[in-house]
Amino acid sequence: MSREVLPHIALVADEINVASLIDCVSDDGIGAVTVFLGTVRNVNDGRTVTGIDYEAYGPMAESELRAIAAELVTAMPELRLAIAHRTGTLGLGEVSVAIAAGHAHRAQALDASRAAIEAIKKRVPIWKREHYAEGDWGWVDPTQQRALALAPVSS
Amino acid sequence: MPSTTAGTINVLLFASYADAFGARQVAAPIAAPCRVSELVEALRTLPGGTRLPARPLVAINRAWSPMDAAITAGDEVAVIPPVAGG
Repeated sequence: MSREVLPHIALVADEINVASLIDCVSDDGIGAVTVFLGTVRNVNDGRTVTGIDYEAYGPMAESELRAIAAELVTAMPELRLAIAHRTGTLGLGEVSVAIAAGHAHRAQALDASRAAIEAIKKRVPIWKREHYAEGDWGWVDPTQQRALALAPVSS
Repeated sequence: MPSTTAGTINVLLFASYADAFGARQVAAPIAAPCRVSELVEALRTLPGGTRLPARPLVAINRAWSPMDAAITAGDEVAVIPPVAGG
């Protein structure tokens, strides 16, 4: 039997515990769990990146994450969601955002993790400052970058 | 805590906008109540303010707010650079 569980939302300064997020969305009624991890990449917009500082408007970032989760659960009532986003300085390969979605069925679990990350990128007040191999840095502005448009998976 | 002294509105700044103004909070030279658009015009008169776009993202009490939204005394006001989470 599914039980009513509030989505787990966290903005964290330390390493994200992915196993605990999976735990949050798992129970005997769950048949599919998806995990999306965003990680720090070594290149962006043609520049070699050595690390990223994440800054957040903490209280609003948490309330937007909570609103995104609530909207997804409203659209898919049996969905279980757990989302954690990092703040602070991250090195290459570190997990900046983790989304675990649990549902009785795989389609909803897969759709929910995709919908959650797309919404996070659009409306959660978090910023990243990239450090480059040349020693300089820059704030990432997705409205100015050329190659960020996402192609649909299928029509 | 945001506080509003007479004739100004305290505004929270982040990331590239904090760099533009050299501060994480500024007192915008305008009295509440006013519209978001009027607040932005007032901010653009401050040193560094011309680096703000004419229509930046703004949150009032941690909720996204359009340019014609009203700001009242005591509101928590933030001017927000393009977000880049994930």
